[in-house]
Amino acid sequence: MAWRQWTPRQWWILGGYAVATAVLFAAPLFVSDFRLNLLAKFLAFAIVALGLDLIWGYTGILSLGHGIFFGLGAYAMAMYLKLEASGGKLPDFMSWSGLKELPLFWKLFEPFGAAVALGLLIPALLALGLGFFTFRNRIRGVYFTILTQALVIIVTTLLVGQQAFTGGTNGVTGYSTLLGYSLASPDTKRVLYWVTAAALLGVFLFCRFLTGSRFGKVLRAIRDGENRVRFIGYNPALYQTVIFTVSAGIAGLAGMLFVLHVGIISPSMLGIVPSIEMVLWVAIGGRGTLIGAALGAILMNWAKSEFSTAYPEGWLFFMGALFVIVVVFLPKGVAGLFQSPPPWLNPGKLLDRVRNGGSGTRGGPLLRLLRKKDNGKSIQSVRRQAE
Amino acid sequence: MSQNEILQCRDVTVEFDGFKAVQGMNLDLHKGELRFLIGPNGAGKTTMLDVICGKVKPSSGRVTFGEKVDITKKPEHQIAEMGIGRKFQAPSIFSSMTVLENLEIAMRQKRSVAATLFARLSSEAKDRLHHQLDMIGLGDKSGHRAGGLSHGEKQWLEIGMMLLQEPEVLLLDEPVAGMTDKETDKTGELLHEIALKRSVVVVEHDMEFVRNFASKVTVMHEGKLLKEGSMEDVQGDERVAEVYLGKRRDDYASRSTA
Repeated sequence: MAWRQWTPRQWWILGGYAVATAVLFAAPLFVSDFRLNLLAKFLAFAIVALGLDLIWGYTGILSLGHGIFFGLGAYAMAMYLKLEASGGKLPDFMSWSGLKELPLFWKLFEPFGAAVALGLLIPALLALGLGFFTFRNRIRGVYFTILTQALVIIVTTLLVGQQAFTGGTNGVTGYSTLLGYSLASPDTKRVLYWVTAAALLGVFLFCRFLTGSRFGKVLRAIRDGENRVRFIGYNPALYQTVIFTVSAGIAGLAGMLFVLHVGIISPSMLGIVPSIEMVLWVAIGGRGTLIGAALGAILMNWAKSEFSTAYPEGWLFFMGALFVIVVVFLPKGVAGLFQSPPPWLNPGKLLDRVRNGGSGTRGGPLLRLLRKKDNGKSIQSVRRQAE
Repeated sequence: MSQNEILQCRDVTVEFDGFKAVQGMNLDLHKGELRFLIGPNGAGKTTMLDVICGKVKPSSGRVTFGEKVDITKKPEHQIAEMGIGRKFQAPSIFSSMTVLENLEIAMRQKRSVAATLFARLSSEAKDRLHHQLDMIGLGDKSGHRAGGLSHGEKQWLEIGMMLLQEPEVLLLDEPVAGMTDKETDKTGELLHEIALKRSVVVVEHDMEFVRNFASKVTVMHEGKLLKEGSMEDVQGDERVAEVYLGKRRDDYASRSTA
């Protein structure tokens, strides 16, 4: 390895990751059971955020349907848990709806291994199907985004409408054990926390591998200019379909973990609003950086649980305002601040840049406007022009 | 098709909503030939390049490449992989990536997902990339974000990307448009070097630039072939002077008095 040639900055980053990982795994030692459970839920959200960042941040395709992929994974795990809790009998909501026999497709989710495999495969295959037809036909941009919204509406309508099979609006809840271990016991919860933390770490490393490879470079190239990629000889549709599928599979994994911590899944947890919220985590944390997306999800959810208990009505306004601020001033999210601090954070540098006409293209829109006019002249001449 | 021919366009017609941008156009290209495609605005030059690289599907006609393969039915990325490279008029590079990364993904290689996932940059490939960087004069800018380059540098980067792609046929659309005189000269040198190894078709408006090359010129007018021959032949042709060169001279005259 070339670690001998690393710059101090790279050592700092490595150190930062090491500390973050240590804190992540040591959290059960100094956090109450209640908070640990919350944190575990946030870690599951961080996993979706990573998957969403692959498709949006790196490939430039906005999916407003990741709630569905997340939800399908969650339902797969919920069905397994429900069957285990029912102990061979018909799940309660089915008998309420007048079903006499367990539907055939539910039987698939009886073995734990099969449920986990399906929790990954169903979202991935759904994304593969949608991606295949849309990307191959060069449906992109806002049209693709609208299609993902349509998918959300179709799936939630289906889940609500088929109450006998899906639990309807109430969703699937009332679990007892996982592989024989009680879900209510703090020990199980702690182990599940570690499992989630390990999954987050694993997904993070996997995403790093993807984005660092030449495959990841092709994805970024597609984001910058899909047509150019085509004329180099790559088939963008293939790359887009693959990354969309991977991203959906990751969301499915997150959904499975989410159910284990929360103990319920219902259509309202995977609808349009949660799907959009997921995008906000990535936008605010910083799309195009993995750590930004993951931290964005954790911190936004932490802030949500803190603020929404104190000011239940204020939270949505706060989140909306935060989103506007990020879009206007921090197009790369909070993580972008660390990658390339905008000049307005550093007054000395700001003056310097304006004086020198600004060689870069970074910074807020106001400054960019200034620079455009400036074009190598001093700030006084800009003022004179303005007058 | 004779042994030496690499590209053959036969009776190519392109229609856009009833408007015929190209009508029964023929174009043959030999191996290692440098061909200029000129003509007044709207003559169908760019559309012709679009047909060859697969961006536009002709309503009739055939384009055969290499071993008698009709490429008009193939998708763009397959045509590119077969060995036809295209440079568009506006520089299109991947602006958020570094100069080196731009070259890395353009380099000739397997283009499948599995191949790119596990691709490593061999030292041999690195040497090639750096050699190319020097050739296009961006040797000291390999780590720069491509979006921050000047217009001329972007054009060269794109030419460099195309060369690493190692196409057998290169299609260049106005490579010197918007360049300063100095940049134009440098691009001319690059083009001379490129034309040694591959077949090149260049669409160009700048007659001074075309005169620097002793090569065959194809003149298009209203979607049809008007004249084909050396620059002298073409300049001596009355019809060409009428539709194109004459107008250009007037243009120049009016511009110099303005």
